[in-house]
Amino acid sequence: MATPVGPLDYARRTWVRLMLMVVFVFLYAPIVTLIAFSFNDSRRNIVWQGFTLDYYGKALRNDSLIEAFGNSLTIALASTIISIILGALVAVLLWRFRFPGRAGYEGAMALPIVIPEICMGVAMLAFFSRVGWPSDLPWPFSLSAITIAHVSFSFPFVAVVVRARLEGFNRELAEAAQDLGATEWQVFRDIMIPFMRPGLVAGGMLAFTLSLDDFVITFFTSGPNTVTFPVKVYSMVRFSVTPEVNAASTILIVITVALTATALWLQNRANDKAERAAG
Amino acid sequence: MSAIGTDDTPIIEISGLSKRYGPISAVDSVDLTIRRGEFFALLGPSGCGKTTLLRMLAGLELPTEGTIRIDGQDMSMVPANRRPVNMVFQSYAVFPHMSVRDNVAYGLRVDGVPKSDAWEQAEEALNLVKLGGYGPRRPDQLSGGQRQRVALARALVKRPKVLLLDEPLSALDAKLREQMRLELVNLQESVGITFVVVTHDQGEALSMADRIAVMDHGRVQQTAPPAELYEFPQTKFVADFIGSVNLIEGRVQAGGNGQVRLLAPGVPVPVEIEQENGLPEGSTGWLALRPEKVDISNDPPADAARNTVMGTVEEITYLGEVSIFHVRLDDEHPLIKVAIANVDRVTRRPFTWGDRVHLSWTPTCGIVLSQ
Repeated sequence: MATPVGPLDYARRTWVRLMLMVVFVFLYAPIVTLIAFSFNDSRRNIVWQGFTLDYYGKALRNDSLIEAFGNSLTIALASTIISIILGALVAVLLWRFRFPGRAGYEGAMALPIVIPEICMGVAMLAFFSRVGWPSDLPWPFSLSAITIAHVSFSFPFVAVVVRARLEGFNRELAEAAQDLGATEWQVFRDIMIPFMRPGLVAGGMLAFTLSLDDFVITFFTSGPNTVTFPVKVYSMVRFSVTPEVNAASTILIVITVALTATALWLQNRANDKAERAAG
Repeated sequence: MSAIGTDDTPIIEISGLSKRYGPISAVDSVDLTIRRGEFFALLGPSGCGKTTLLRMLAGLELPTEGTIRIDGQDMSMVPANRRPVNMVFQSYAVFPHMSVRDNVAYGLRVDGVPKSDAWEQAEEALNLVKLGGYGPRRPDQLSGGQRQRVALARALVKRPKVLLLDEPLSALDAKLREQMRLELVNLQESVGITFVVVTHDQGEALSMADRIAVMDHGRVQQTAPPAELYEFPQTKFVADFIGSVNLIEGRVQAGGNGQVRLLAPGVPVPVEIEQENGLPEGSTGWLALRPEKVDISNDPPADAARNTVMGTVEEITYLGEVSIFHVRLDDEHPLIKVAIANVDRVTRRPFTWGDRVHLSWTPTCGIVLSQ
């Protein structure tokens, strides 16, 4: 016996279900196709010919692809660490101090989030050529220009996340530590950083994935010796769309999704803890 | 009320202390002396500056003017981390990411005490607040009352010269609050440290403190032991803030010589009050009369020395242990509250709405205030 549909049982209405399905198809059909065709046993990636893992092997044996992947990871790691430090300091600055033009500073700080990437890319290109940033440094310093560009668009994300977390900070905690004899630095190290940690982790994850898959800005700042993974995939596609490209992309999707899921999970866990602590 | 360990040497001397935020004075030229080993309360309505004063003692706010001396040393401008005082915060401010033991040991650790010593002392402090064995727990596993005990232990473990408590009982439920009052007093007696408590709850201040400073608008109105504050208030504000009071405005007919005679509009006969400090003749005075000190009867009282007026019962409020009778005097104006203890379980109310009654009080019951 089917129970009647209640007034708020939207999930059981046919039209709602239909809409949800359409949304899902739009969102995920291309990605599912991409992943499916990474197993396609065909050189030309149009018709399904049969299942194979060959192209994963091929992708993993492609030295220039691996090198690009290594570059991407290195840049992501370096820019994440710098972004976390810079973003946390900016967040603390905005939270802790009052100074003239603070609101303006806060807005300007978040600007890289909203500026179109293409503009950032062109700006970076112009900037680095204008200051004559050396492009022939030995690895990993050859990646410095891209890393700087990545820091500039990912640290605001860290700052925004950490700033939001600091809103919930009970200032009496810092005062209590100070009252117990802690210096400013000890208060920061023992009380503030542990409190910010979930925000730092989540912001860091965000910065990492943003850096890992950034194409536009990187494209403008990379040279022939500093090809990153997305740029490499793009150049491969220009010749032909082989399942190798699909395989490489699938690997990137898996890494990105896993990192994002971890970031969300850490954030939720911290929130639950904070709620329980607040009683 | 403990007098144990109290001697007359001051531990805190505050003189001319002010804290201004722009044009607003949160604390306005306060002079105060707190004695060694005393349980001292700062009492006042919210916004009266009591918390700002406490925070200045802690070093969390710096004064605009004036000096604070702690144990003879000028501490006015010394930052919080270098003062020999510790504070229990209103929110308790227990560090959520540390175990109970690490919380309590934190103050010792930042002073460079080795971990094992710090933990040992932390355990002693936890025993003192009856939380022995709670060391390994996390703060989110504790109740509000237990978290407060952690905050207490954390402050006491540093053996401060003065312990400051900001509204220590306000976040607890009524039953626990009453129990904690007693415990705080016992704790203070056993450790012998001077306690300074900020509270807006007069019952709390009266039941715990050796002396109370009543504050209003950034100023100290009166500093006295609880009973003196209740029986001999010096200002209308103090009389009204501590307990319940009937305030009747009038003109002083004759003052001085231990006797004040007040003529109040609406009160048919002049009120005679015995008090030491007389008021100048012709000045405005306020009769402050506690509801429980007024007698209510059907017939005029036999004792002619009593002040007696007549009125009509207008309202009766039942409060459990007492009933409050609101009596309107004949000449319309003053409404006098009278508290009658409900001694008998069976309600045998001798007076009811609309009854004509005599109200009387002896000359030593009330007090006439000049401000």
